[in-house]
Amino acid sequence: MQFFIEVLVGGLLSGVMYALVALGFVLIYKASGVFNFAQGAMVFFAALTFVGFQEVLPGWLGLEADSSAVFWLAFLLAFVAMIVLGIATERIVLRPLVNQPHITLFMATIGLTYVVEGIAQMVWGANVRGLDLGIVDEPIAWLMDNYEIGVSKFDLFAAGVAASLVALLAILFQYTKVGRALRAVADDHQAALSIGIPLQTIWRVVWAVAGFVALVAGMIWGARNGVQFALTFTALKALPVLILGGFTSVPGAIIGGLIIGASEKLAEVYVGPFVGGGIEGWFPYMLALAFLLVRPEGLFGEKHIDRV
Amino acid sequence: MKLKKTFVLGAVMAGLLGSGLATANEEQFIGLPSYRVGPYAAGGSGLFGGWIDYMQLVNERDGGVNGVKLTWEECETEYNNARGVECYERLKKKGSTGNSVFQPVSTGITYSVLDKVAQDKIPMVTIGYGRTDAADGRIFPWVFPMITTYWSQASAIVNYIGTKEGGMDKLKGKKIGLLYHDSAYGKESHAIMDKLAAKHGFEVIKIAVAHPGNEQQSQWLQIRQAKPDYVVLWGWGVMNPTAIKAAAKTGFPREKLIGVWWSGAEEDTIPAGPAAKGFIAAGFNVAGANYPVVADIKKHVYGKSKGNMEDKTRVGSVYYNRGVVHGIITVEAIRKAQEKYGKGKALTGEQVRWGFENLNLDDARLKALGATGFMPPLKITCADHEGPGKVKFQQWDGNQWKVITDWVESDRPLVRGMIEESAAAYAKEKGIKPRDCSKES
Repeated sequence: MQFFIEVLVGGLLSGVMYALVALGFVLIYKASGVFNFAQGAMVFFAALTFVGFQEVLPGWLGLEADSSAVFWLAFLLAFVAMIVLGIATERIVLRPLVNQPHITLFMATIGLTYVVEGIAQMVWGANVRGLDLGIVDEPIAWLMDNYEIGVSKFDLFAAGVAASLVALLAILFQYTKVGRALRAVADDHQAALSIGIPLQTIWRVVWAVAGFVALVAGMIWGARNGVQFALTFTALKALPVLILGGFTSVPGAIIGGLIIGASEKLAEVYVGPFVGGGIEGWFPYMLALAFLLVRPEGLFGEKHIDRV
Repeated sequence: MKLKKTFVLGAVMAGLLGSGLATANEEQFIGLPSYRVGPYAAGGSGLFGGWIDYMQLVNERDGGVNGVKLTWEECETEYNNARGVECYERLKKKGSTGNSVFQPVSTGITYSVLDKVAQDKIPMVTIGYGRTDAADGRIFPWVFPMITTYWSQASAIVNYIGTKEGGMDKLKGKKIGLLYHDSAYGKESHAIMDKLAAKHGFEVIKIAVAHPGNEQQSQWLQIRQAKPDYVVLWGWGVMNPTAIKAAAKTGFPREKLIGVWWSGAEEDTIPAGPAAKGFIAAGFNVAGANYPVVADIKKHVYGKSKGNMEDKTRVGSVYYNRGVVHGIITVEAIRKAQEKYGKGKALTGEQVRWGFENLNLDDARLKALGATGFMPPLKITCADHEGPGKVKFQQWDGNQWKVITDWVESDRPLVRGMIEESAAAYAKEKGIKPRDCSKES
């Protein structure tokens, strides 16, 4: 039983990490109806820019490499870089495609993926970097000593960050003017424009917020596995989460993440050995596919009704 | 008459000058299917940087191989099979004699061009990767999986564990976990580990990690439950630092986590941070810049600002030095082939193949190259395209790799038996008649 609990808790906490990436997808989809294929690349770009600035700032400003000033300055500059990326995306990619079919916008984000990956490596190089957030990825001692259950301090920290982000985003969407405008734009671009909502400003805001989420996700995944190209693969973990939780729901991303995380770990441990192992790569997709058959809009997604 | 004499003299002079110029302009082309962008770019930039720097060293310091300048062209594969084949086709006719050797640095691309190299008469050298049974040169005359194959490596790792335990007989009843990349590369370890387990009486616990391996919570919980004495990490890319960190998270001692040579570079340990301290990995080359060959590169190549590495601190890293090993083997094969086909001449792929097949980098030659201890002595024959099958073990001390063993042998009779058995099955399937090596010169 202890082992089962450990697998379950570990899976739930991994799911939170997936949800962090999924949140970025949800934000952009909610505001523009675009499935942003470039979200994984944005996570990579953000994390690489952060560690890149961490490397160069001490030389530029004469600060200690591991000082908190360097950390927060690098964070701020990386966030600014994400805002610039968001504005550039709006100006160069999205603005010319207003009112085009969603599939066109989706295809544009595929192209954007390669551009963002290329720029990141061109500017900062392809070296693998470590990233230390000062939180050790080790089990909590008293849980281990008393119950022999290993729950990582780092995973708990990631869960806390994700919960805070969800709360912030929920407030942004539900209780602010910008949030209401975001939802209006998501419903209908032309209708939103006709009542005076500045579509371009809203898109810039949402891409900037998605950039912030990508930065946080990139830092957490980067601290765990290193800042390297493989961060782009985190998007693969977020896709089944989105299908399950719904593309338009922030809490759905979290619940979807928890379900995917827990089920893939339990499947790997209890089913994997009977089928040769290594099933957690495809199991979440199978689960999401099965779920699609029952509830195509996801757990918390908006039901699509067409009047005919 | 005088005019005729002058004309003849002029023609002779022109001929001499022409031939002299031709000699001075002889160039040996080497196509490099590299990967400097994409998921494995960090390793690729180190390996190809070291390789190019070595060839640059030979040009700058020695004026080429017996006067023949080395030229090269990179073709970006992004470690993708389709692009690798495209690069093979694009490079094969470059240079005055065509591409003289193809080294794909990818097992997938190796399999994709296996038949093509024989048709095009271009030797394919796969150092530390590729198709293991191609070590039987009687059946695979155009393929050279040199220095050591995956099977030899697995066997050497088990031998090392045996030594640590106080003898091979002490392995009886032990458990060895095999955490492998769930791909053809990762599964290459299964057959040999099963054979070794049966021979020495230990249990192998095979645990697959789905690509890319950036999440290993469940695998390490399984490891914690199974309580293996050692875990062999057969990883690649992001799977490696993730495994090292997960080992720390589950309390598995890093001193008992032993990586293969694709798991044991700075790119694997630095991202893992302090968790990597104590981690051990095999390698057919070692890390370090204090070898004469690397010192020469610094002096003759970087001293003239002709180095390939953007980040010079990576000179002497595991991947960089592996690239230097690729360079040494390529250059020495060309040098050997020139002994037979003419010094100072650019050679065809077919001629260079002979050079690879007769390569003998003994201790004296390695010393002359400034590479003693840097790579194992290497002797290739018509039948044996692998060579020594030895590795050294290095341990990460938190900042750098430290060599902790001498060259560790594999179980040669066992491995060679498996290679011959597998190659014979391939020959039967393809209708290949093995070469009679006694008739090769």
